Amino acid sequence: MKLTVNGKPVELAGPTPLLDYLAGLRVDPRSVAVEINDRILEREEFARAALREGDVVEVVRMVGGGL
Amino acid sequence: MSENGFRPFTPDQVSRYARHLILPEVGGAGQRKLLNSSVLLLGAGGLGSPAALYLAAAGVGTLGIVDFDEVDASNLQRQILHGTADVGKPKTQSAAETLQSINPDVKVIEHRLHVNSENALQVFEPYDLIIDGTDNFPTRYLANDAAFFLKKPLVHGAIYRFEGQMADFTPAAGTGCYRCLFATPPPPGAVPSCAEAGVFGVLPGIIGSMMAFETIKLLLEIGEPLIGKLLIFEGMDMSFRKVNLRRNARCPLCGDEPTVHGLIDYEAFCGAPAVEPSEATVQVG
Repeated sequence: MKLTVNGKPVELAGPTPLLDYLAGLRVDPRSVAVEINDRILEREEFARAALREGDVVEVVRMVGGGL
Repeated sequence: MSENGFRPFTPDQVSRYARHLILPEVGGAGQRKLLNSSVLLLGAGGLGSPAALYLAAAGVGTLGIVDFDEVDASNLQRQILHGTADVGKPKTQSAAETLQSINPDVKVIEHRLHVNSENALQVFEPYDLIIDGTDNFPTRYLANDAAFFLKKPLVHGAIYRFEGQMADFTPAAGTGCYRCLFATPPPPGAVPSCAEAGVFGVLPGIIGSMMAFETIKLLLEIGEPLIGKLLIFEGMDMSFRKVNLRRNARCPLCGDEPTVHGLIDYEAFCGAPAVEPSEATVQVG
């Protein structure tokens, strides 16, 4: 199935739990915000969220640095 | 005084700001507005350096600089407000000297302190706009919340290795805030700091310059400011993308049922608040 993650086309075998997808990227789910189809997920929703065909997903890293 | 009550530009100013004066979007009225504007920069470091340099050169009349640190040799790779001879000086002093040498029209106010829940509102209050170029989450949340309570625009920027982010927040206008995307600080250890992860020296030059650009647009009310979007810059493939960052009805600060009613001092390592919010909270309004 095809979807878009961070503006780029991504192909996955089938519907994929968000946490599995993040783990595959070695992204700590506590360090990102996730938007699926223009909706910002609350952190408590991560565990039951899944990526599906045609989803437009943004995974935004929390960045603190500035100095 | 001219007939409209404004002091006319001096010949030096006409010369200095010639390239602005010729732009219809700035012009004499815009330049006068910049000279009468005041901007507070949180941090005179990687992001604060280019932002402050360009704002001073542009003739933003009053620049406040908040920084408690002294210039360290490891800063010089990217913090271009400071030079080799400044190592050991307070950053506010080094910044003031550099900015004054670029443009004597600019009044620089040094705030050599750490902002916290007790002083943030008082420090921010006199300024038209706040620029967040700090290096830690507790100050970022404090800046976001204080700017919201004071109804002041906040220009946000952050850097990590080769990646930068920036956004303009005007949450009092109902356009969302930092907490709409990141409701609370990350737990300890989940996000490395620049010192732990490294930062490509030119990166803050790009993000900080864009912060100055947005600041001037907001001050002059020209163009389309970066409101309702988070701009993400990936230097390694020179790509920019924008993520929608609209007001989140569940935001703990500017949402429908807010739970943050005052300023919070988060623990320096970014986990739970250092003390319970009820004790740390300074009630506002």
